[in-house]
This record gives sequence, C-alpha cells and structure tokens, in this order.
Amino acid sequence: MLSERLGKELLFFDGGTGTLLQERGLKPGELPEVWNVERAEEMVEIHRRYYEAGSDIVLSNTFGANALKFHNSDYALKDIVTAAVANVKEAARLGVHDGREAYAGLDIGPTGKLLAPMGDLSFEAAYEAFKEAAVYGEEAGADLIHIETMSDTYEVKAAVLAAKENTKLPVFATMIFDEKGKLLTGGDVPSVVAMLEGLRVDALGINCGMGPEQMLPILEEILKTASVPVIVKPNAGLPKQKNGETYYDVRPEDFAEVMVRIVKKGACLVGGCCGTTPEHIREMVRQVKDAADFPACVPPVRKGHTIVSSYGRAVFLGEKPMIIGERINPTGKKKFKQALKDHDLDYILKEGISQQDHGAHILDVNVGLPDIDEKAMMVETVKELQSVSSLPLQIDTVDQSAMEAAMRIYNGKPMVNSVNGKQEEMDKVFPLIKKYGGVVVGLTLDEDGIPDTAKGRVRVAGKIIGEAAKYGIDKKDIVIDVLAMTISSDPEGARTTLEALRQVRERYGVCTVLGVSNISFGLPCRPVINANFYTMAMQSGLSAGIINPLSEAMMSAYYSYCALMNYDGNCEEYISRHAGQKAENAAGAEALKGAAQKNAGLSLKTAIVKGLKEEAHHAAREMAEEKEPLAIINEEMIPALDEVGKGFEKGTVFLPQLLMSADAAKIAFAVLKDKLAETGGDEQKKEKVILATVKGDIHDIGKNIVKVLLENYSFDVIDLGKDVPPETVLEAALREDVRLVGLSALMTTTVGSMEDTIKLLRKEKPDCKIMVGGAVLNKEYADMIGADFYGKDAMQSVYYAKEVFGG
Amino acid sequence: MMSERMIREALRYLGYGTHKADAGTLGMIRECFEELGRTAKGRMAYRVFGVHPAEDESGCIEIGSMRIESRSLSKNLKGCEKVILLGATLGVETDILMKRYSCTDMARAVVLQACAAAFLEEYLDERQKELSEEMAAEGYYLRPRFSPGYGDFSILHQREILLMADTARRIGLSMTEGSMLAPTKSVTALIGLSKENQDCNIKGCEACEKTDCAFRRLS
Repeated sequence: MLSERLGKELLFFDGGTGTLLQERGLKPGELPEVWNVERAEEMVEIHRRYYEAGSDIVLSNTFGANALKFHNSDYALKDIVTAAVANVKEAARLGVHDGREAYAGLDIGPTGKLLAPMGDLSFEAAYEAFKEAAVYGEEAGADLIHIETMSDTYEVKAAVLAAKENTKLPVFATMIFDEKGKLLTGGDVPSVVAMLEGLRVDALGINCGMGPEQMLPILEEILKTASVPVIVKPNAGLPKQKNGETYYDVRPEDFAEVMVRIVKKGACLVGGCCGTTPEHIREMVRQVKDAADFPACVPPVRKGHTIVSSYGRAVFLGEKPMIIGERINPTGKKKFKQALKDHDLDYILKEGISQQDHGAHILDVNVGLPDIDEKAMMVETVKELQSVSSLPLQIDTVDQSAMEAAMRIYNGKPMVNSVNGKQEEMDKVFPLIKKYGGVVVGLTLDEDGIPDTAKGRVRVAGKIIGEAAKYGIDKKDIVIDVLAMTISSDPEGARTTLEALRQVRERYGVCTVLGVSNISFGLPCRPVINANFYTMAMQSGLSAGIINPLSEAMMSAYYSYCALMNYDGNCEEYISRHAGQKAENAAGAEALKGAAQKNAGLSLKTAIVKGLKEEAHHAAREMAEEKEPLAIINEEMIPALDEVGKGFEKGTVFLPQLLMSADAAKIAFAVLKDKLAETGGDEQKKEKVILATVKGDIHDIGKNIVKVLLENYSFDVIDLGKDVPPETVLEAALREDVRLVGLSALMTTTVGSMEDTIKLLRKEKPDCKIMVGGAVLNKEYADMIGADFYGKDAMQSVYYAKEVFGG
Repeated sequence: MMSERMIREALRYLGYGTHKADAGTLGMIRECFEELGRTAKGRMAYRVFGVHPAEDESGCIEIGSMRIESRSLSKNLKGCEKVILLGATLGVETDILMKRYSCTDMARAVVLQACAAAFLEEYLDERQKELSEEMAAEGYYLRPRFSPGYGDFSILHQREILLMADTARRIGLSMTEGSMLAPTKSVTALIGLSKENQDCNIKGCEACEKTDCAFRRLS
C-alpha cells in the first residue's frame, strides 16, 4: 500500500513527458492528452521506459485534462482520462520486472486561468473542473492523485478539495516556486505548506521551474515547516533558449548527483520534470541506491509551528507577539452596523486597509448582525478583503454555516474564532478544522460557564486540546483564549486572566489570544488601562492580542514591549515609529499652524476646488459650527464641485485633479453627515443609481471614477462590481426599484454582454434608464446597443443622472 | 526606475496632452512610480516562431498554427523570417494595489493605473533591448513591437499568443472569457525578426492610423 510506505521508504517518480512527445512529433498547440487514445502504444512505451528505469510512481498524460483547458470535439474528457490511466497501468505490467509495487498517478495540472477576484474563474468552477478529472481518474483505477505545477494557492486549494471530497485516493500537491521561494501569485514557502497541510494532503513539495541545484534551498525552507513527506521533481536545469526554442541541459549523471543530496536532505519522493528523461531517472535511482540509506528515506519530522496564512504571507504565532485587528466587527459600532445593513463593502474594506497600514498582522472578520444573511455577507467580505489585503484573516462567527462557507473559499489557512469547551460546539467546529485546516481559537468556557479561577480555565483548555486530538488536530492548530473579564465587576478579573495565560502556555505549550480591551468595560479612560493590561498580558505569554491597531496607546505598548523583549532587532521598529513621530509631531504642529493660517483665508469651496483633503476637513468642521449642513452643501460644496466639473469639461482641469476634489468633498461630506446625525437632522433623500462593469469585463476603474463623482452629487450608488451578469443587474434594479443604471465595458469583446444587459433590463424593467461608458464605446455604438445615454467622461454621467432625476 | 519620459507617458495616459500638470499630480505620479518599483514584478515569456507573411496585399500571415489577417501587421512584418511572440505582466501585486487605492483614494488609483501602463512599457523596452542584443548575435534585427488591437490586428489573437508563448504556466498570465488579460496590467505582442536592418524608431502609437486619438503621443 502506497500510504503505508509514504515517509518510510524512498519512492521514485517518473520524469518529463513533454520533451519525449515533442521528439515523437507533438506540435506546439497540439493537445498532448489526445495521444492517450490516438497513439496509445507510444504512450505506453514512454511510461514503460520510466518503470524500467526504476520509477515507482508514473504519472498519466493528463496534465491538461480538465474541462477548462481541454477543448476537443472528438474526444470526451472521460475517455481521455480513462485511456491515460490504462496506459500507465499497462506500462507497469510490461515494465516492472522485479516484483516491486508500482503505482499509477493521475496527473492534474493547472487550469491555465486566473481565479477571481484577479481573474474571472470562480473558485467553484475550478473545483468542478478538478472534481471531474479526479472522479474519472479514480474510476479508471489510479492509485493516487498528483496535483502539480501549481502557482496559485487558491487554485491548488480547489484542486485538493475536489480530490479529497470526491475520491478516497491519496492526494499529493506540488507547487512551482521561483528562486526566491515565491509563487507567481506572491505566496511564500511557509504559507503554502501551512495551507496544504491544513487541507491534509498526503505529501507536498516542489516541481518544475528550476533545476535540482536551485531547488535545494527551497527544499530546506519547506523542511523547516513541513511535517508530511516532501516531493522534489526538478527540471533538467534552468531553461535555456536557443533560436527561441527552450531546452534543458543538465546531464543525467549531474542531475542524479544533486538528487542524492536532495534525498539526504530529507525529500521522501523524488523524480524529474521538464527536460528529464528515463536516463535521468535511471541514473538518479542508481546513484541514490548507492549513496543513501535505501530503501529508507529520512523520516519526516513533525513540526510544532502555529501558522496562519493568506495567499501572500504566513504569520507565525508563539514567538514575537502578533496583532489581530479587531475593528471589522459591528459590536457597539453604529456606523459599522449601518454599513452592513447598506451592504457597504467599501466601508468594511477601508477598515481592513487602515488596520493593515497601522501595523495589524491578522484581521478579525465579524459581520454578524441579526437582520442580515451572515453567511453570504461573510463569504463576500472574506473574498473582497483578500482582494485588497494579503493579511491572513480570522473568521469570527457563531454561525456554523457561515464559518464553513468562509473557510471553504478562504485563500490560505485561516484563523477561526471560535470553539469552546462545550461538547456540542466541539462536535460542530472540529470537523471543519480537520477538513479545511485552520488555527482555531478555543475559549475557556464550557457547559458550566466561565470558570472563576485560573485553574478552572486551564482545565477547559486541556479539555479542548484533548478533544481536538481525537480528530487528529494537533495542538499547534489550537490557540487558547483564557478570556478577559472586566475588572469593574470582577476585581480579580485581570489577575485570573494573567495567571491562566501563564499556566496555559507552560502546561500545554499552546499559543494564546485575548480580546484585550474587555478588561476595562465600565471604566473611564479605557485606553490607559487597556494598554497597561496589554503589556502585562504579553509578559504573561499572550501570543496575539485582539486589539484596535488605530489606538495610539495600544500600539505604543506593543512596540515598547517588542523593543524591551528583544523582538525588535536594534529597536528598529520602535525607532522608526517614534523618531518619525517626534519629527512629525514637530513638523505636524508647524504644518497645522501653517495650515490654520492658510485656512484663515481658505474657504471650504476653495479647499475642494484645490483638492486639499486636510483643509476641506478643517474648513467643514469650522463652518458646521455656524451654518446648517444643508446650506453648506448647497452654497459651498456643490458650487465647488460644479466649478471643477466645468473646468474638466473645458480641458483646464484633468482627471486626477477632478478626483482629488471629489475626495476632498467626500471628507467634508462625512463631517457634515456626522453633524447631521448629532443634531438629529434628516439627510436629503438620495436617488439610487446602479453601477456595474459588465460580465466578462474585469477593468472597473472607469466605473469607480463615475461612482465617486455620483456620490459627490448625493446619489446613492449601488455598486455591483465587475464581471457582473445581466441577471444580477436586473435583480438589483427590481429589488431596489432603481430608475438609472450605468454600465461600463472596456473592450469590443465585452460590449456584447453590455447589450445583453440592456436587452434584459428593457424587457423586465422598462422604466429604467441606462447610461453606458468605457474606452471602446462612442455615441453611435451606444445607440446601436440601445442605451439611453453615452457618457464620454465621468462628468457627463453626473449631468445625465441629474437630468434623469430632474435635479 | 522613473525617467522624465515615463512621467510624460503617465501624463499622456491621464489625458494631459501637452498641458502642464499641477504639482499635486506630479508628486503623486512620482510616489506611484516609487511604489510600483517596490511592488510590481515585471515578468516576460516569449518564444520564437517562423513566419510567412503573404507577398500579396491580402494581409494573411501564418505563424505556427496561428493564421492572422491584418494588413497593418503584414506591413510591420514585411521581410521578416521569424517572429517573437511574447506576453508580459506586472503581476497580481499591481492589481491588488490598484484595487486598494480604488477603495481609499480614487485620484491615486487613476494615477497609479497610468503609471503602471508607463512602467510596463518601460519594462518591455528594456527587455526588448536585451532581446535585440541576443538576436543580433544570430544575425537578426528587431522590428517595433506590435500588439493585438493595433490597427486591424484583431484582439482575439491574444488567446493564441498566450498559448503559444505558454504564459499561464511561465509567468501567470492568462485571459478571461471576455478576452481580457489577467492580471490586468499585461501585454501581448509580436516582434518581427529580419536579416535586414530597417531603421525604424516608430513605436506603436505613432504608427497607428487613428490620428484623432485623444491619447496620441505628440513628439
């Protein structure tokens, strides 16, 4: 059995197939998978030579056999995969003469498409394509599924899930790294290892892209964090080009010599990729058998790092304390609640971005509110946050279905908040952690509530860790929250928490988190006490505080602690922060004075015309003391915006300036809005406008410009985003009863879906006006596809919107 | 990297034409180029193929299995024996950056977008210089880059170029159903290779027949 030999015995893969097929006449652009049927004998011959050379595992010729890549009208995918696996099995029958166990691996390569949000392939569509291939492969008798040459963590996650959920076969996954140890999509080695191990792959590693020599340092990196057997399948050197043709020139004996070092270093499965031949494999097998402790491999060592990851980075918990940003959470935040109700994702994204800019390492995401569909909102928020920030996320919800849905589509290994000591909770949450991977926060409370004593909380921690172990979840994937209770009601609260922190760390060696600011509920001047408690908690073993990174006091406590405890080499972070701050303070005070002086003569109108944000903010606040917000809007802001808009039309003001003014106005609006809320005044009723970049189109900058300007003119913009299907536009138009829809398209190839959207709206919501814009359009084109209005630039759209609503 | 030429190009993309830019915009342009210098990861993949431009006026060109009908391209490739097919991209990092600013600072998002376009062109120019030296060793001279979408060269050929240069696997450059390049700040192009040295400095923009274009480069 393959699974019993993994990590105990050294196993050999085959080498490259592409080069051998080209030698036999495969043309560029031809689908190699077709050979499984049309030239089956030759395929068997190629596979057989690898078995004869000593390969234990030979991969089927199915690298591109998925519905997204394999487009051929003559053959069904199922027939191709079935024939491919049969060819490998036949080759094993013919080529293995020494009675050793031979395995046929179903090879799965990437789809060749970029997944959303950066591309247009949905995670679910990728999953379906991989599922189809995996199921056919198992039916055809494959012994394992080998997913390889992946350069995107999200795509490999879809593939691994598809293989794991739909077959019983062992699943291997190897990625293509560059010489710096990065994926094309930016991920690093620990982030990849953490995610793949979380998904419970049976082996993982690296293939393609480089020769064996260049893979050695990457292998070392992998071995630092990997606990499962590691696969190394290099090319025959770095690709070289002559006359535009790619070739590889590391000879079999040189290849084999490095592969011996790779095996001694700790790889358990080795083979070759592009440019390697049966001769490379034969020589590798010969030298390895001579030099290494064959058939044993270096056994994999279990690693205890607590790692959460995103597509771009890994965060290690346990040494230097980390910061989990707490601000994406509606609890006690009126504006945030409103944003959730209004489905205002921009607001949420800004909270994420500003926390990252202020030093957060992980972002907590809690979007639970009684009146909203939490599952849908959680999934959307996670996807959107991951398109603007590479920070790992902490999925924070009590709704199991939202938790699972978010874990499934999360790109990386998430942190999950939370489970606790109640049996019922553990029964629900641990299966999810086992399946999707993740670091789960364990709250020290159970059926009997929150224990009053440190001892009691430590006992619950132990119970959680023990129950997780039953699922095969290592304690490295559990972080304990011993809970901070406010000292205003429990005088011993802080002492209990600190003591529990210390004991949990000492006794179980697990990492810890804590919602630090809970300690001060009901007390005045909370930041002061929070910051002090934060320092004490870090000193007592807190791995990650869930805090507000925008709080000056908390961040000062954090950076001071890191400097004092030598987590901040040469105090660099501390110095850069405070040296900068001093200078900034001095300069800032002066600038403020300067600005104030300038502002003495600078009206809100001028500030907006000139696009000065700080000044607009300042002027709006001053003015709001004396004047009604609505009067300010009508007498100062609208004239300013009109002036800039006219200048833009005349060609004296250009797009960046127009938008700087728009941003300045936006800030002033926010000030006035707060004022209105304070005084209980009503906002003007806003007219709704839908904006969408049409299906198939992923360039949305033009639409975003229009959005900013429309908002300036007090329209309520419902932004449906990019790549939006006609049905989604219609559905929103009907639901919100919208009278104006704006559509954008960049290229001729996507104007077709613009036309489809218009037709659908005409049919189902005839009272709705439609304006269009985008690089490829003009008046004639817009008329032809039936739009009401062509906006040649963003201001034209604003004027048209005003016209439609009679403003 | 940030030259005066790149700043001029960014301003052209922003629609400034021959107008002078204000200090605020210029400052933002400089900051955006600096940020791109830190985050953008320029990558290129290419392959060389034989080419058979038609001798007649039909404009039919065959490159491997790809058949193109384009008079403007056949003019560009006249006298070429070979052609480089290439794809290049600034990677997903640049897209993430643009999305981020679309959220927080739209003016900067627009400026960044223009700077990224200029940055990509500059990257391609540099790589083309290297290619030019490599090819010179084999006795070939390079023609100006020519991309799908220029003149009557259909944008739909991007799909084949990506496949033939194997860009998805090599540099992570692919295409959406709507024939858009993903990541968005990317380019596909052809560069003709000929044994005769034609002294042609004209780049894509000046060679274009659409002389009333608002973004035309005015030298």
